[in-house]
Amino acid sequence: MTRLAVPKTYKLYINGAFPRSESGRTFEVRRADGGFLANAAKASRKDARDAIVAARGAVASWSGATAYNRGQVLYRIAELLEGRRAQFIAEIEEAEGVSRVAAAAQVDESIDRWVWYAGWADKFAQVAGNANPVAGPYFNISVPEPTGVVAIIAPQDSSLLGFVSAVAPALVAGNSVVVVASERYPLSAISLAEVLATSDVPKGVVNVLTGAPSEIAPWLASHADVNAIDLVGAGDLDWISLEIEAADTLKRVLRPESGSDAAAPALGRISAFTETKTVWHTKSLR
Amino acid sequence: MSGTSLVTARERALAVLGGEPDDATLRRYLHGIAGVDAVGLEQRAAALGTRSIKTTSKRWALDRIISLIDLTTLEGADTPGKVRSLVAKAVNPDPADATTPRVAAVCVYGDMVPYAVDALGGAHGDPDDGLISVAAVATAFPSGRSSLEIKLADTAEAVEAGADEIDMVIDRGAFLAGRYGQVFDQIAAVKEACRRPDGTSASLKVILETGELVTYDNVRRASWLSILAGGDFIKTSTGKVQPAATLPVTLLMLEVVRDWHLMTGQRIGVKPAGGIRASKDAIKYLVTVAETAGEEWLQPHLFRFGASSLLNDVLLQRQKMTTGHYSGPDYVTID
Repeated sequence: MTRLAVPKTYKLYINGAFPRSESGRTFEVRRADGGFLANAAKASRKDARDAIVAARGAVASWSGATAYNRGQVLYRIAELLEGRRAQFIAEIEEAEGVSRVAAAAQVDESIDRWVWYAGWADKFAQVAGNANPVAGPYFNISVPEPTGVVAIIAPQDSSLLGFVSAVAPALVAGNSVVVVASERYPLSAISLAEVLATSDVPKGVVNVLTGAPSEIAPWLASHADVNAIDLVGAGDLDWISLEIEAADTLKRVLRPESGSDAAAPALGRISAFTETKTVWHTKSLR
Repeated sequence: MSGTSLVTARERALAVLGGEPDDATLRRYLHGIAGVDAVGLEQRAAALGTRSIKTTSKRWALDRIISLIDLTTLEGADTPGKVRSLVAKAVNPDPADATTPRVAAVCVYGDMVPYAVDALGGAHGDPDDGLISVAAVATAFPSGRSSLEIKLADTAEAVEAGADEIDMVIDRGAFLAGRYGQVFDQIAAVKEACRRPDGTSASLKVILETGELVTYDNVRRASWLSILAGGDFIKTSTGKVQPAATLPVTLLMLEVVRDWHLMTGQRIGVKPAGGIRASKDAIKYLVTVAETAGEEWLQPHLFRFGASSLLNDVLLQRQKMTTGHYSGPDYVTID
């Protein structure tokens, strides 16, 4: 007996829900050999706007959680990814046209990287912060605080690893993110969003848009309620204009990276999305 | 601001009712009004909410919304300082853009009226002249649970302190129990308490608190009752009860106002209040007003939004239209 295939529709991930694009648009995602793979939602500027509103709403709860708790929540995502390993391997194999071994290697590296960043959640403040020597009877302490809403243009040449490499570090410090997935390989990003939706990450902390980065990025760069923009995957766009637009509202900007070591794991990717808060406190005088 | 004179209002009510406004006469009249087709009403409201508003119309609508807002603070924690900052925002909603219109009125508790009047100074006056009115909630707002004497004293005090508009609540308990005469008499008495010594009168908004009236039929009856008793405005809600203003309820009240105008030639205002936070929703209300009562209702003496956070959202939309990029909450005041 033959059975009809039930192909999956890949939708956006905004505020903990999976809406279609407000514009109603979709685009075809193709295999490496050009065959049809799936339809994905093509996000519009209004979807980006909604995502930023959701991200802003989530900043208080996510940045207000203790660093230890954030680390636990992020580690839990790695556990869930491990459970869905087979699904991600199959997706990457189909989308990128790579061997099963290569796909498995990418998934494993993504999970390891996620664990690496999760571990930093309650440790990076010790490294990025400082007790400053001052001329007076005061403690003078600098601590990194999350900057707020971070917009990310994910690496375009990778399904899962690039996405994880860009999103995980921004979450560590307590930021919430709006991320535009790879235009060519958006499916793993949405599957990861399904993992996030069933994890303990509060809704709105991660929002995933699929579609054309060239269309959405200018709106993210100019949006006054975005605090930082990671242009790691924007190398093929007019990223200098994006940087200029971002400067209008004093956003922190990370520039595009390319090659196999793009968005390599680094403490700098965590501290790039933090603001340093320095407090003075009197010492007791005997 | 000239309210309808009480004598003519009462005479008109008697003519419409065909007798004294006691429980029996009012019951006969109000229950004789055709029932509301709830499904049709909600479908009509939903259809009005789907209109596509294009850029130039949207720009006009945003400015009009601002000029129709009763900027409101009704918290137990209100202080004179909070009222002064509210007034500052009412006078100059967007300090970065001098073309932003002023709101129609500020709406505060009765004891805060002197501070509002004082803070407004020369900006206090008729919204038609680009000035700002002071509206006060009175009559044991929001529950309305006190004796008539206290309600009248509450009203008179606010009027004496300089309130141009009084937002009163009806006695929902009496209304739901069918004591329509009592509700009628209270509204008429409060209307009388709105008079100033010089013969003018503060405008009276009658809050139906539709969230407690349960059915659309009751909303329609309460609207007729409030208009018959002399209300200049009918207002959906206090904002303290959920659900507050909804589009179907406002549409229903606008239909009553339209019918009253056809019947008597008198124009009554409508004020949805509570729960309208987004510009997009407010634009749906504008469409509903224009399509139901008519475009001449889109002016501060005939339509108001009771809102606080709506103003910020409208300002953000306005900034988006001016600058071409999305704005954020850091660019409007916190309230």
